[in-house]
Amino acid sequence: MNHNITKTIGMRFQNLFLYIGGATLLFIKTLLVAFTPPLKVRHILQQMRKTGVDSLPIVFLTSLFTGMVLALQSAYQMQRISAQIYIASLVALSITRELGPVLTGLVVAGRVGASITAELGTMKVTEQIDALETLAANPVKYLVVPRFLALLIMLPLLTLYADCIGIFGGYIVGVFKLNLSPSIYMNMTTNPLQLKDVFTGLFKSGVFAIIISIIGCHEGFRTTGGAEGVGRSTTSSVVIAFILIIAADCFFTALFYFIGR
Amino acid sequence: MIQIINLNKSFGDNHVLKNMNLNIEDGITTVVIGRSGCGKSVLLKHIIGILKPDSGQVIVDGQDVSKLSAKELNKLRLNFGMIFQGAALFDSLTVYENVGFNLIEHTDLDSQTIARRVKESMALVGLKGIEDLRPAELSGGMKKRVGLARAICMSPKLILYDEPTTGVDPILADAINDLIKDLHDKLKVTSIVVTHDMVSAYKVGDKISMLYDGKIIETSAPEKIKNTTNPVVKQFITGAAEGPITSRETNE
Ligand SMILES: Nc1ncnc2c1ncn2[C@@H]1O[C@H](COP(=O)(O)OP(=O)(O)OP(=O)(O)O)[C@@H](O)[C@H]1O
Ligand SMILES: [Mg+2]
Repeated sequence: MNHNITKTIGMRFQNLFLYIGGATLLFIKTLLVAFTPPLKVRHILQQMRKTGVDSLPIVFLTSLFTGMVLALQSAYQMQRISAQIYIASLVALSITRELGPVLTGLVVAGRVGASITAELGTMKVTEQIDALETLAANPVKYLVVPRFLALLIMLPLLTLYADCIGIFGGYIVGVFKLNLSPSIYMNMTTNPLQLKDVFTGLFKSGVFAIIISIIGCHEGFRTTGGAEGVGRSTTSSVVIAFILIIAADCFFTALFYFIGR
Repeated sequence: MIQIINLNKSFGDNHVLKNMNLNIEDGITTVVIGRSGCGKSVLLKHIIGILKPDSGQVIVDGQDVSKLSAKELNKLRLNFGMIFQGAALFDSLTVYENVGFNLIEHTDLDSQTIARRVKESMALVGLKGIEDLRPAELSGGMKKRVGLARAICMSPKLILYDEPTTGVDPILADAINDLIKDLHDKLKVTSIVVTHDMVSAYKVGDKISMLYDGKIIETSAPEKIKNTTNPVVKQFITGAAEGPITSRETNE
């Protein structure tokens, strides 16, 4: 009985390390072939459209509402101490440093990460990945690199876009609902905001891009067992990416906090 | 010349190939027959290096396939063509891009030459005018033929066919058999055909090998195998429901 429990726990840990090892290996392989010619520019552009441009509407909605909610929520507290004017700064800083990158990362993990896994997983179970190998094409070069590079470029851009929209959402609430003056609101937005704040956010979104693309592709490649298997690995791709994004965010927020002091 | 020496492969507890040995001579067509699930596709995947043996060797032209570097393996694969059981066409590409995949990826040929060669390969398998369709728009038999066209587009020296005639109508099956024979007669390609269609096996095979219980239990010429003394082979090629194969399976 006891022996069995130790065995199961042992197996769990072994699987965990195998998983981390597999994903890390894929990341290294991707880096190794990413910049060796020929670069598949057409594939990269195609993926940039799929992952980036097509995500604009959903990123717009989430960050607009988040900016508005943030402003309303902080208004509730700020009004008590008659400091409504700081709402603008609070929204700007929270959005650029935290919510912009994290929410965009999560939305893209749900939308793009899932579709990467579903597509590669289907290719795996229908032997298309085997076929790719028999045609002397490297699946990492052919499938992973374009998705990896596209996300690495597009996620920070989407984050920048989310920052602007989020701040705009706060502005709508601040100016039209809380009757703050537009010029003061804009001043209070840009004044406390440093380039550093935006850059830490963008840096994080780069890390999230790596997480989403590598986990998405890794889950796709290890899919087995037909349509059911594709469903299973798509779910775990999203779940694992979510957890890692939040964990990485926590880690880097702490890191920047201590570096920044 | 392909030598398979003491090849072992398991998936978990499922020991599929058990100390398997097989020699495949250049320039002839070797047919591998065997029951569903006995490991025929697994065997082909070892020859082209998609699967790695647990132990044993697959030697192609004097090189151990599992010991080649990625680069050497790709070089070898450019001389190979493989037809997958389920066609395995790339969904995201058109039929044209599927068939011309190797030419587009691995050669510097201009687009006119590529177009001409794609057209030739498609004509060989009896297809035309579907270049711009996607695989999802094709019937099963058409997919199979596109897969065939993709495999022969680079004029390979060795072609691995995984059940080329299953899932196509008898007339088309015969046309595919003719094509396999033609490629062999005209271009002297070495072919390995995996099938359980005995009509096809007799028609295209120079040699027929039977895979059973993880091993090759008999290899002989088509005329000879018809008079085999091995009861297992006899049951398989005559398609009898009663015999050593089925009685063993009920005992298990
Ligand atoms: N990637 C894999 N993972 C786990 N098991 C596998 C894998 N590939 C094949 N098998 C198992 O190996 C055995 C042989 O499979 P294989 O596909 O070679 O059969 P086959 O002889 O080609 O059958 P069929 O004629 O139906 O195509 C089967 O029991 C199958 O379950
Ligand atoms: Mg098979």
